[in-house]
Amino acid sequence: MSTAGTRGRFLDVRDLKVHFPSEDGVVSAVDGVTFSVDKGKTLAIVGESGSGKSVTSQAIMGLVNRKSAKVTGEVYLDGEELISARPEQVRSLRGKQMAMIFQDPLSSLHPFYTIGKQLVEAVRVHQDVSKDVALKQAKEMLDRVGIPSPERRLKDYPHNLSGGMRQRVMIAMALLNSPELLIADEPTTALDVTVQAQIIDLLRDLQQEFGTAIVLITHDLGVVADLADDVVVMYGGRVVERGPIDDIFYRPEMPYTWGLLGSVPRMDLGRNERLEPIPGQPPSLIRLPQGCVFRPRCPYHELVPGKRCDVERPELDPITPEHAVRCHLEPAQRKEIAIERLTAHAARKPAGTAGMEEK
Amino acid sequence: MTAVEESGTGQVLARDNALLRVDKVQKYFPISGGGVLKRKVGDVKAVESISFDIVPGETLGIVGESGCGKSTAGRTVMKLLDPTGGKIEFEGRDITHLSRKEMVPLRREMQMIFQDPYSSLTPRHTVGTIISAPFKVQGVKPARGVQAEVQDLMARVGLNPEHYNRYPNEFSGGQRQRIGIARAIALRPKLIVCDEPVSALDVSIQAQVVNLLEDLQDEFQLAYIFIAHDLSVVRHISDRIAVMYLGRIMEIADSEKIYESPRHPYTHALTSAVPLPDPRTERLRERILLQGDLPSPIDPPSGCVFRTRCPKAQQRCADEIPALRELAPGHFGACHFPEEKHLLPA
Repeated sequence: MSTAGTRGRFLDVRDLKVHFPSEDGVVSAVDGVTFSVDKGKTLAIVGESGSGKSVTSQAIMGLVNRKSAKVTGEVYLDGEELISARPEQVRSLRGKQMAMIFQDPLSSLHPFYTIGKQLVEAVRVHQDVSKDVALKQAKEMLDRVGIPSPERRLKDYPHNLSGGMRQRVMIAMALLNSPELLIADEPTTALDVTVQAQIIDLLRDLQQEFGTAIVLITHDLGVVADLADDVVVMYGGRVVERGPIDDIFYRPEMPYTWGLLGSVPRMDLGRNERLEPIPGQPPSLIRLPQGCVFRPRCPYHELVPGKRCDVERPELDPITPEHAVRCHLEPAQRKEIAIERLTAHAARKPAGTAGMEEK
Repeated sequence: MTAVEESGTGQVLARDNALLRVDKVQKYFPISGGGVLKRKVGDVKAVESISFDIVPGETLGIVGESGCGKSTAGRTVMKLLDPTGGKIEFEGRDITHLSRKEMVPLRREMQMIFQDPYSSLTPRHTVGTIISAPFKVQGVKPARGVQAEVQDLMARVGLNPEHYNRYPNEFSGGQRQRIGIARAIALRPKLIVCDEPVSALDVSIQAQVVNLLEDLQDEFQLAYIFIAHDLSVVRHISDRIAVMYLGRIMEIADSEKIYESPRHPYTHALTSAVPLPDPRTERLRERILLQGDLPSPIDPPSGCVFRTRCPKAQQRCADEIPALRELAPGHFGACHFPEEKHLLPA
């Protein structure tokens, strides 16, 4: 297998597919996903339930059960291909080179063991050090993620801690072996906003300090705007748009991305504007539409001649080298509609913020 | 030392056309100790002396973080829980001590929508049975028959009336929430308490349900109490917002004011913590990061309950409970040292 394909990116995912056979047919949870992340950068994967965003991250981490799913494609981590690698090899990387944090910390912390015992074990699996050294590392990391009196916390059980504290313990555990890639699957969804703000701050600080590459999986466009450098928008198991953060928020070209941005109420804008939801429901991953997966909910498909949206799957077309979109609309049409929809948003801007300059 | 409580929540309840009036309502949950006698050892002070009113057709948002008492507040004013203290008036009538049975006729006027459409709908009943339940309970016989009325309701909330005989598991999350809404509006109530009605839904579906709630409000002149932790959604749908912390109301104001010029330091921290879906604005914004964790509602701090995490706390905050007082017309805050300057959203 050639590693020339990695183009020197730290994480390079190419044409990743995860298919689950089921009684009703094959569930195409992830279908041909391609993206990459550099060190020190954050890529956000955005999408709703069933978009395939979580399965994508599990496939990268080697956490998809190969007995129940067919995983194909290539995932390069620092030049090393993981999909064809032996499970033991992926396991040795997991926790050390790459780590994951989840929405629900209780699902990754063992209820029977103290925080200290679990953290010490996490260190000793990957490092040949004594218990005392591991305990010292654990204490330092708890301190680093902002847990007060870490010495005492080491003796606590997960249920003794608040939700925000547990999330910090899980982040501490993920960072113990200084992973170069951190996958965060809805890391703040279960948390209150003030705690979320603390955790986002923490992730940003740690990234600056260690140069970690972060893959952030979320449905919250506010968190994306706050943390991400690049964004992948997923729908029905596919990447429908990807690009640098400002392209996705200010120059989006995919009708689904417009729909997402129009669905979110914004606290900083005039309140009387009506939300513009996406009509209909997300697709079933078993019976995906033959043409564009978004076609049944897309208000613009009639603008494309010859019912192309019904019969032909659009390719991910590059608009710029970084920005790509999967849509049959003509580029000029897309730009026109995008401007129209975004000006509707901008018109809601309150007075007094127009002249602000970026830092 | 016990803190002094300032009096005077009268101003909050100044509107005489109030549909619902909540006056210093408390809800405590007793904690019993171990042992045979199950002696009461303390109280979880879930809601502590909250006051607000709501007029017909208005939406009052209640926001706050987990454990602030917002859901308990909603259930208590609906009389699903018995208040420990205070007074609740509905259309001028004192309903504080009405029994469950005495409340039944009033249920036609006040309804509730819950967060989890999966668990609030009986799985073994058809949609038709679920939506028509209020007619049965209240002994109401619609002129055109129950089925026609229910099918009208289904169409009104965006469900296919032909699905009358289907079961809840055949519907998606957003559709199930529509079933809950159809049931809540069946008797044309005047007030609906919505407890986290869109939190479990995907954003595109969430927007559909928010728009539906707004349309129904216009059509039927409904008043909503909209309880949620998502400030952006609450701010979008509410006319006024009450911010709760540890069982108490910290601030009540018009929903624009809550974001643009919060007067309570907690509201300020809360709004600054919400990330906006706008990368350029995010790069310019400064967050107020709160330190520490929420204190226990069993043994809340003396004086102002927020003082242990408040960047502006002084001695007075420990000695004296701040009253919810009018800081600007229609803008109430419970703080000894409220924020003065106009805060631009940035």
